[in-house]
This record gives sequence, C-alpha cells and structure tokens, in this order.
Amino acid sequence: MAVKVLIPTPLQKLTNDQATVECNGETIGALLESLEANCPGIKARLCDEQGKLRRFVNFYVNSEDIRFLDNENTPLKDGDEVSIIPAIAGG
Amino acid sequence: MTATYTKTSQSAFEALQCKECGAEYEPKATHVCELCFGPLEVKYDYDWLRKTVTRETIQAGPNSIWRYRPFLPVATDNVIDVGTGMTPLLQANRLARRLGLKKLYIKNDAVNMPTLSFKDRVVSVALSRARELGFTTVSCASTGNLANSTAAIAAHAGLDCCVFIPSDLEAGKVLGTLIYGPTVMAVHGNYDQVNRLCSEVANTHGWGFVNINLRPYYSEGSKTLGYEVIEQLGWQLPDHIVAPLASGSLFTKIYKGFKEFVEVGLVDEKAVRFSGAQAEGCSPIAKAFQEGRDFISPVKPNTIAKSIAIGNPADGVYAVDIARKTNGNIESVNDAEIVEGIKLLAETEGIFTETAGGTTIAVLKKLVEAGKIDPEETTVAYITGNGLKTQEAVQGYIGEPFTIEPKLDSFERALERSRTLDRLEWQQVLV
Repeated sequence: MAVKVLIPTPLQKLTNDQATVECNGETIGALLESLEANCPGIKARLCDEQGKLRRFVNFYVNSEDIRFLDNENTPLKDGDEVSIIPAIAGG
Repeated sequence: MTATYTKTSQSAFEALQCKECGAEYEPKATHVCELCFGPLEVKYDYDWLRKTVTRETIQAGPNSIWRYRPFLPVATDNVIDVGTGMTPLLQANRLARRLGLKKLYIKNDAVNMPTLSFKDRVVSVALSRARELGFTTVSCASTGNLANSTAAIAAHAGLDCCVFIPSDLEAGKVLGTLIYGPTVMAVHGNYDQVNRLCSEVANTHGWGFVNINLRPYYSEGSKTLGYEVIEQLGWQLPDHIVAPLASGSLFTKIYKGFKEFVEVGLVDEKAVRFSGAQAEGCSPIAKAFQEGRDFISPVKPNTIAKSIAIGNPADGVYAVDIARKTNGNIESVNDAEIVEGIKLLAETEGIFTETAGGTTIAVLKKLVEAGKIDPEETTVAYITGNGLKTQEAVQGYIGEPFTIEPKLDSFERALERSRTLDRLEWQQVLV
C-alpha cells in the first residue's frame, strides 16, 4: 500500500529536495514512522518531545484537515495523498 | 542560520526570529521556522530605536504609515507610499451615548487608502519589502480586502500580480480586484482551502505571497494601527481596544505596536485590555477563549462576515493569550447582530462599515451590556473595512427610497407616508 506525501519546503532538506515522498502506513501515526525510516530526523521536526504533532503543522488527507477526521488515528488507504503544511499562513 | 544582516541608517530591523523557539534567520522571503514550524517575526534593535526616534521625528515624517518607518521591516528608501494610514480617530459620542460609554473612539480604516481597508497597511509594507527582495510577481490568499489591496498597490508599483480568492465572495470585492488587472484565481472552496493551496504554491513559482512567504514583513504593517491610535490620543494609550479577529494577526500586532512604543519610551506604560470580535458562524478563537483552551479547533465557516471567515486561524493561539493576559474578552455575535452593528454605526456616526466592522460594533455592544467594558474606560473600536464592498449583507434590511413623481403633491404624500413608517418601523410599501 502506497501513500503519496507532499513535503513542505522547510523539510525538503531531509528528503533530498524531493517535494513528494511515497510512504506506507495504515494511519497518520504509522505514516510518521514510515517517513522517519525513509528520511531520518523528520519525525522530530513534526512532533514535539512527547511525540505529539506540533501545533504549527497541519496534516491533510486528500485535502481534508485531519482535525476534522480522526487526528493521528485517521486511517489511510492505497492511493491517498497526505499533505504536510505549515499552519502559519494567511490572514 | 545566524543572521548576518546589516541594518541601514533608517531602519532597525535585524533578522527574523522564531516566536516559539527563538531560532534566528536571515530576513529573506520565509515565514516558518525550519526547526519547529513556529511563525517567524521581525526582530528589531530597540536600543537603537530608543536613541534615534522621538515624537518629533515621527511628526516630521509623511502623513502615512511611513512616518513610523524605523519600526517597519524595510531596508531602503524606496518604499511604496500611496498615502496609506493616518486614518481618522473619531470620538464617537452618539454611539457612546447609545451604548452607555463615556469615551469611545472609532479608528476608521474604512477610509484607508488606496482600497478602503486596513489591508493597505500590510500590503504597503509587504510589497515594499518584496521589491527589495527582488520579486517581480506578488500574490496572496484573500477573503477579498487583501486581494483589492494587493492588486491596487502592485499596479501602482508596476509589479505583476496573481491573487487567490474563494469563488463565493461579494461582487464588490471581486470587481474591486479585477479593475486593477491582476490574474484572479477564484477557488471552489472556503478561505482555508484557498490558503492551503497557496501554501503549496508559494515556493513553486518564485512569487512573493504577501501573507505566506512574506508574512513576517506583511503582518508588521498592522502595528501602525497601534502607533496611530497612541499618537492620535495625544501620545497616550487607551484603556481598552476592541478589534475583529480573523487569523488573529491584526490583534497581536496592535498589541506589539503598543508594547514597542512603551519599550522605546514614546508613551507611558499603562495596562490596555484587548477584546476580540468574531462571527458566531466562524468563531474558533472565541470558543477556545471561552472554553479555556490553549489550542484552536478549526471550524468550517458559515457567516455573512466573509472577510473574517477563517476557520483555521494562524495566530489564534496568540490572540487567546493576549485577551487572557490583558483581562480582555473574545466574544461572538450572530449574522443578524452583525447587520444591526453595521446599521448602528452608520446611523450614529455616519460610518458605513462592512461585515467585519458590524461584528466589532455588535461585540462592543454585547461586552458593554455584559458589564465587560467599564463606562469610564477610554475604548477604541477598530473599524477595518468599508461597507460599500459588502452591500449584499445589508440589502433588504435598510428600507428603500420613496419613488415619486416630480410633483409637489406626490412629494407631500410620500413625506406623510415616511413619517407614518417612522412611527411603525419601516416596512415595504409602494408609494
């Protein structure tokens, strides 16, 4: 099962300048582990010391904010697109 | 990553700094901390400002936001000055009496230049900086006012412009953007979806997005709403301010503006209470405040107050923090109250504001009625946009003209009818 992950500019140094990465994972939480295995160091940037997603980073599954879904337990299926987007923008 | 920027003789800004973890960055087109995703803010040399800037040097400057130039993040003399700022601070005696306040002021950015909203402040700063950074195309994600302003000031500055808006905006806001000749992308979706798209586009075409990769510079422009109120009150701070909350940025920057003038000795320190206004149909910040949370749960907006309909507000947590620590409040009002707020300001003070201003006035009224604003407090309500842009919101609630023949008796009959209607409250009658 493959999920396409869109990587924001501040993290592309960890993905060899790639804007998208293919990953696996049944949920957002599992996807984070898969991302970390592919791009070591990336999880510490996305999560705080307690392992929770940082408050200034937003995750979207097929364009829907995971806070409208099931947060880190949001299920993923083959072909889903996950966007990681800095929360600070707009207004 | 340490900044190596050299400040010029007329500007005190040094670097960008993460508001969360303190990491410093060179002042380029970047808005997010690479380490923790926190927002980047402009850092200044306040010692230098304290030695250099006086009330007199400010008063000798232009009659625009650029009189505060040392406090703004531009490095050259080549700023874009289209007369933005120094809008009236009106003592609102009739509205004050109606509400039961003694000293109420309206900061009237409904007549800001060139596009009749506070956004001209932030865009003047952002595009001045964009030019310094070498951008030739500028862009934004907008609920309408920002698109108007970015398109107009880009036209003046000779910059190419592409703006993104939700496709369901008021006609006046769309027309008021198209007239300046930018490319307009009307996105099927709400503002938060537009904003997310722009966040993905921001670094792909080499454009300067005023409220994304230029956001640290852009947002500083709102500080001038704090500086001007201090100067126009005779170099004093008010006791209480009420402002609309969309992303929360404006609110936090008024606070920063007040703090900075205290810090450099331009005004005596005093506690100022900060109260924020949201529309009930999009009130994630008010909800977080009322529920005692330190995080924002996003919402899907449904309100006539489209200009402040941001369901996922970037600076929401900071706005909540400021309201709490200044002993202020964050309150929301429904669409009917917003229309009443627009009418109340128009009928008592002769100011026609848009839905965001109606929200602010309605919340002001609600806070006074709840005893959350003391009648003795010197209170400033920030009116940030113009009613001519959101005519749809009040259509049907403001009566109609009496259509008459060019004859005296037709006029007399209509006048009699108007007096009757005044007594009965207005209802639709053909004359």
